[in-house]
Amino acid sequence: MTDIDKQTDPASIELLSFRVGGQDYSVDIMSVREIRGSAKATSLPHAPFFVKGVINLRGTVLPIIDLAARLGLQADTDKDRNVIIVVDIAGRTAGLMVDAVSDILAIPSEDMQLPPDLAADETRTFVSALTIVDGRMIRILDLDTVMPPQGEEAA
Amino acid sequence: MSDPMAEIRASFFIECEELLESLQDGLQMMDDGSTDSETINIVFRAVHSIKGGAGAFGLDDLVQFAHRFETAMDEVRSGNFHPDSEAIRLFFTCADILGDLVRAARDDTPPPNDQIAPVLEKLDLLVGVEEEEDEDLDFTPMTLSLDLGDTPPLGLDDAGALADLPPLTFDTPVGKGFIISFKPENALYSSGNEPLYLFRALRDLGDLSVRCDISGLPALASIDPNCGYLSWALTLVTEEPEQAVREVFEFVDGLCALSISPLTDDNSALPAPEPEVTYPEPDVIPEIETKAAEAPVTQPEPAQTAPAQSAKSTGAPTQPRATVRVDLERIDRLVNLVGELVINQAMLSQSVVETGLPPNSPVSTGLEEFLQLTRDIQESVMMIRAQPIKSLFQRMGRIVREASASVNKEVKFHTDGETTEVDKTVIERLADPLTHMIRNAVDHGFETTEDRIASGKPSAGIVTLSAQHRSGRIVIEISDDGAGIDRERVKAKALEKGLIPEDAQLSDGDIDNLLFLPGFSTASEISNLSGRGVGMDVVKSAIQALGGRISISSQQGKGTTFSISLPLTLAVLDGMVVQVAGETLVVPLNAILETLTLTDQDLRQLGPETHVVQIRGGFVPLLDLGAELGYREPETSYVGATVLLIGQEDGNRAALAVDAIEDQRQVVIKGLEGSYGRVPGIAAATILGDGQIALILDPTDLVTQASGRTRVRAFPKALAG
Repeated sequence: MTDIDKQTDPASIELLSFRVGGQDYSVDIMSVREIRGSAKATSLPHAPFFVKGVINLRGTVLPIIDLAARLGLQADTDKDRNVIIVVDIAGRTAGLMVDAVSDILAIPSEDMQLPPDLAADETRTFVSALTIVDGRMIRILDLDTVMPPQGEEAA
Repeated sequence: MSDPMAEIRASFFIECEELLESLQDGLQMMDDGSTDSETINIVFRAVHSIKGGAGAFGLDDLVQFAHRFETAMDEVRSGNFHPDSEAIRLFFTCADILGDLVRAARDDTPPPNDQIAPVLEKLDLLVGVEEEEDEDLDFTPMTLSLDLGDTPPLGLDDAGALADLPPLTFDTPVGKGFIISFKPENALYSSGNEPLYLFRALRDLGDLSVRCDISGLPALASIDPNCGYLSWALTLVTEEPEQAVREVFEFVDGLCALSISPLTDDNSALPAPEPEVTYPEPDVIPEIETKAAEAPVTQPEPAQTAPAQSAKSTGAPTQPRATVRVDLERIDRLVNLVGELVINQAMLSQSVVETGLPPNSPVSTGLEEFLQLTRDIQESVMMIRAQPIKSLFQRMGRIVREASASVNKEVKFHTDGETTEVDKTVIERLADPLTHMIRNAVDHGFETTEDRIASGKPSAGIVTLSAQHRSGRIVIEISDDGAGIDRERVKAKALEKGLIPEDAQLSDGDIDNLLFLPGFSTASEISNLSGRGVGMDVVKSAIQALGGRISISSQQGKGTTFSISLPLTLAVLDGMVVQVAGETLVVPLNAILETLTLTDQDLRQLGPETHVVQIRGGFVPLLDLGAELGYREPETSYVGATVLLIGQEDGNRAALAVDAIEDQRQVVIKGLEGSYGRVPGIAAATILGDGQIALILDPTDLVTQASGRTRVRAFPKALAG
């Protein structure tokens, strides 16, 4: 289905939408490697507050980012129902911990809007575009800003 | 895809390394007293093959040096010169320089020219006095033509052919004339050369007869006008030396298959049988471009077939076992996959246990077998990465020779167990520490020759380097039969440098271990060999970085033995699994000196927030691992806590408080840096049997980073071990 959509409408972008902290976000589906259930993460010492730790993804060490904490949102307290979206970010693989995955959307690129410039809101820097689907506003996450820069961790 | 020439070059250099190795072997055998013609042939053949290959790549420095060396070896081979130990030492030096030249050519670095001239001088002096005839005139390098335009990338076999060139003989008389076989490659024509001019130049040297061999000419329809198909057999009767003939062909060097051989009574009759001998199979010639590398292997002269064959047959014993060259990356991937298999297997076992199946159920027994198989596979895969430690030992042989020459001591080098297989990375990273230790042994370990004779020892000292597998680890021992450690001097030195307190009561072992303290060097005068400020502490930290341990045993007047124990591989690690603040952590076993439970008497408060642990008269700072890693606040009381006593490279110690010790096991190391980044105090991660990730502690980093609650002070008298 996804392939057909791509071929018929090259101007549209496919997004994986999910809920985090009660808000709708989405990422480009091409950067998503897999979606998996939550697992107990091994916490890393001296890590930023939004890094939950690392989990074992079939033999590789996968860092987990608590997206709600990263975006400064109220996290869903029911941790067990959390889902991890494994994404490729600038050559590195990381897991984004979200509340729930919602849908796959094909959005024509002309329906994308730049977010308005509101300096007070911290989350704005993480959002690259906005769109409206069924009356709900979907924020498109700028993945590159989500991971802490490499230099920051290399203390 | 890749440059075929670069590929051929690369395989040539790999061949060279192998040849250099057999060269060293041969010389070692000669040094041990072997005068067997086979041994000498091995040495000769190795030098010759390097020269032959180097000629093909236009590596002039290498060719020239190899030629001189070869000439000398030929003297030995033909029985004109019987090398004494002095000569063999010179040959060793030559082999070292040859190796340097090969590496210089490979890495495109300037060759060690300043060393070459004096050695060549000695070589000439050595061999030249025995033989009046100037052997230089017989220089007949093999030129190989590699036509890149049409050549598919050549595989390793072709490079093997390069190196397998049979040696030429140099003992034929000079002066009557030459038989020249000349087969131009296309590149010769395309670079604007013309055989006719070459022949004219030859004619100026003497009486020339030319025979054109047209057997390579295909049918008219299949002729490629851009290809040359002709070859020539020339007979030149001249008084000129071969060098003069060779000069004629100087500019087409590498563009043709050329062989020049002296005209003798046997073959002066004429080149009647020549075409057949040169190209045994005429139909092959049209394909000559693709087989360029093989073409010159055929020997034009019947007179030369005998030595060529003998070289072949004698070469057989040194032929390496059949091997496959595999990209290291692929092996690493396999190692990783097997590591995951082991983890998976452990997870499976655990869940079977959890389901509560009886221990003798078919599932359990099957799993047991699976476990055995997985272990076997893991071991086999690790062995792929392993390679004999021989190459490292040979490098050390050179260090011994150079070191002993520079301090004027006579030292013999023995190796034992050089077929012991060790992980490739371990071998690479052992080179520096071993070099240092060997130099130390030669420089400090041995008495002067006079002292040795005075104390009734043979004048030549012996350094022995041995390797063996011992209970899942590699044990490498470096021993000398020198004076042993002068403990009085070591102690005095340590006092002088303020490394130990005045009243320190030290056992012999403690004193020996002082050598590993930073800033310690026993040589009263700093020789140019060792004692450049890097001491045994650097060696020790290098060994510990490999997960190894080092120990000394020394006997006054008898000698000293350093013993290095290393893990078989760097992919797994022996660790202690501990619990801290609900997290599972792995502490490398080689860093743990001992474990203890704290009592009221052990614990002393130092500052308002810091504690030290009193262990056998020494004070060691106490670190709360959970607090240091930021998992929790420091505990209120540490009485009854379990602590790991950590020993560091610099002799400092620290006591790490943990909640519980769970297990001691081998873990597979998983890097963190690739996926996340460096974490302070953490070396890597591993996956435990339950699928959970556990972090592997980097004790040195942790202790140096430890701050806030406890400050780590160097406690000088604290000694590791």
